[in-house]
Amino acid sequence: MINKKLGSNYNGKSPAFRESTPFARFLAKLAMHIFMWLAVLMVIIPLLVVIIGSFKTNKEFFNTEVFTLPDKLNIANYKEAFIGGKVLLGLRNTLIIIVISCAGTIITGTMTAFVLQRFRTMLSRFIKAAFLLATLLPNISMQVTVFQIVNKMGLYDSMLAPIILYIGTDIISITIFIQFLNNISVSLDESAIVDGASYPRIYFSIILPNLLPAIATVLIIKFVGIYNDFYTAQLYMPSKKLGVVSTALYRFIGPYGAKWEIIFAGIVICIIPTLIMFLALQKYIYNGLVSGSVKE
Amino acid sequence: MAKNKAHKKQSFFEWCRGYTGQKYIITVLFLLVPLALLITFTFVPAANMFVYSFQSRDQFGINPEWVGFDNYKTVFTDSDYLSTFKNSLYYLFGSFIQLGLALIIAEILCSKIKFKNFYKATVFFPWMMNGVAVALIFRSFFMKGDGITNTDGALNSIITFFGGNAVSWLSDPKIVNFCLVFASIWRYIGFDIVMFIGAIQSINPDIYEAAELDGANAWQRFWYIIFPGIKPVIGLQMILAIKGAMSVFEIPYVITNGQFGTTTFVIKTIETAFGYKKVGLASAMAVVLLIIIIIVTIVQKLLFNEEADNASMKSEKLFKKKKELI
Repeated sequence: MINKKLGSNYNGKSPAFRESTPFARFLAKLAMHIFMWLAVLMVIIPLLVVIIGSFKTNKEFFNTEVFTLPDKLNIANYKEAFIGGKVLLGLRNTLIIIVISCAGTIITGTMTAFVLQRFRTMLSRFIKAAFLLATLLPNISMQVTVFQIVNKMGLYDSMLAPIILYIGTDIISITIFIQFLNNISVSLDESAIVDGASYPRIYFSIILPNLLPAIATVLIIKFVGIYNDFYTAQLYMPSKKLGVVSTALYRFIGPYGAKWEIIFAGIVICIIPTLIMFLALQKYIYNGLVSGSVKE
Repeated sequence: MAKNKAHKKQSFFEWCRGYTGQKYIITVLFLLVPLALLITFTFVPAANMFVYSFQSRDQFGINPEWVGFDNYKTVFTDSDYLSTFKNSLYYLFGSFIQLGLALIIAEILCSKIKFKNFYKATVFFPWMMNGVAVALIFRSFFMKGDGITNTDGALNSIITFFGGNAVSWLSDPKIVNFCLVFASIWRYIGFDIVMFIGAIQSINPDIYEAAELDGANAWQRFWYIIFPGIKPVIGLQMILAIKGAMSVFEIPYVITNGQFGTTTFVIKTIETAFGYKKVGLASAMAVVLLIIIIIVTIVQKLLFNEEADNASMKSEKLFKKKKELI
């Protein structure tokens, strides 16, 4: 250790750094801030243009620069997007799908994880391998053949199609639950067994309450995933009345092809729920992401 | 006899109530629905995919014909299909830039700097946004006005404001893919940043202090401490980048609808299946994608296990040293 220190003193680099002047440190900090502000501007400028544009009238949109503020806050675009653009309907449909799929995922996911993690039988090992194998399959391309099955079951063009797919093909959630269960001590179960509790009882009164943080993580990931998913709804729910947020927005391209101010209003409406959720749950979202993707 | 039967019945119930019996019953009950779903919506379609890939068939599968490897030949020889692989390279290239940028930003956000949380939240937020919304934002951002139905988008407005000429970003095959890659980086970089920050923060802070005492500069700190510490995460992100580059869908689909040479492999697959109704050919494409993903995953597992082995060996050595010291 001492030798090392002497060595570093001799080559002369490190002391120079240690004696770095406050000015040099200030410059380094300044460079970092400038870099970050460039990144922030990159994110904000496209969003700002959309927000400003969404309040302009069609005339203003054509005749003013993109950064020019509109004369007055004109909310007619929002009305048109909500009702005419069916974004309101889309929000309602999305919410229904999210609530049912989340409930389904949590029930089936925790049950699956409980069996696969706690009962180390040959069967459960085999099934666990089957679930892991399924993560490899490319999601969007798989729809080529999934479509035929959904169609045969008569689920095409109904909300049940995405709901059942969101519940049935969600393996990430099971992985998160299993990982979390690894850290819940088996001795809890064992002491309950000594007290004569049955396995269903262990599941309901020990496993489920202890899994709450994992359930919160899964809920967040699931919410963001379904809210932002486009192709499942696009593929399985072509009816106008079954539009979700993504497809309602996508359908703006045709009728509002030249009316970007209305499209912009639709975009803003669609982002607001995400923004609220992000601001409220920021920390949980970061943590959920990191823990959710450690083992994919 | 009767007595015997009753005894047997009771013991069956007893078996059910005992823990071994419970285990089997619970296994069956709890896994019934998830397994049924897994088989119906994952394994059956996967098996079908392999079978269909050797057939010529439409969506309804009326009179399918066996065509051998013809579909695979089409994927690898028809320039229409082959060119989609080339487009994936743009995204692959883009995702390496994305990883580099994310690493720099993560490193900055882990140092002692003001407004850290604001910076992190802002650069991360696009990842949370709806993909169609992001695509529409960039569809307008890169737009070139024709003076009749459309006005210039934000980018061209800025260029003309400074006296330049408006560029048709989205209809010039030479540049359109770069624009799409930019939109893709804009959307996904936040995820990489958060992952890298998580990895950097999991490095033992004592090591930093020791390095600071030894007089390491910022570059040395990055190269000798942070980089080795987060290597597994970088590896994972690179694998995800390759998978992502192969399966780009939303951004080109919404921004250019695959026109002007922007079709990706997945868009082409979906178009082949649901537009041209060639389910056999589309299945072959899906199989090709699956094989690529499997190869990438195997490579990842090999590299990863090596990393894990190295790490465990190192900690073992340290442990032995400590023991010797004691």
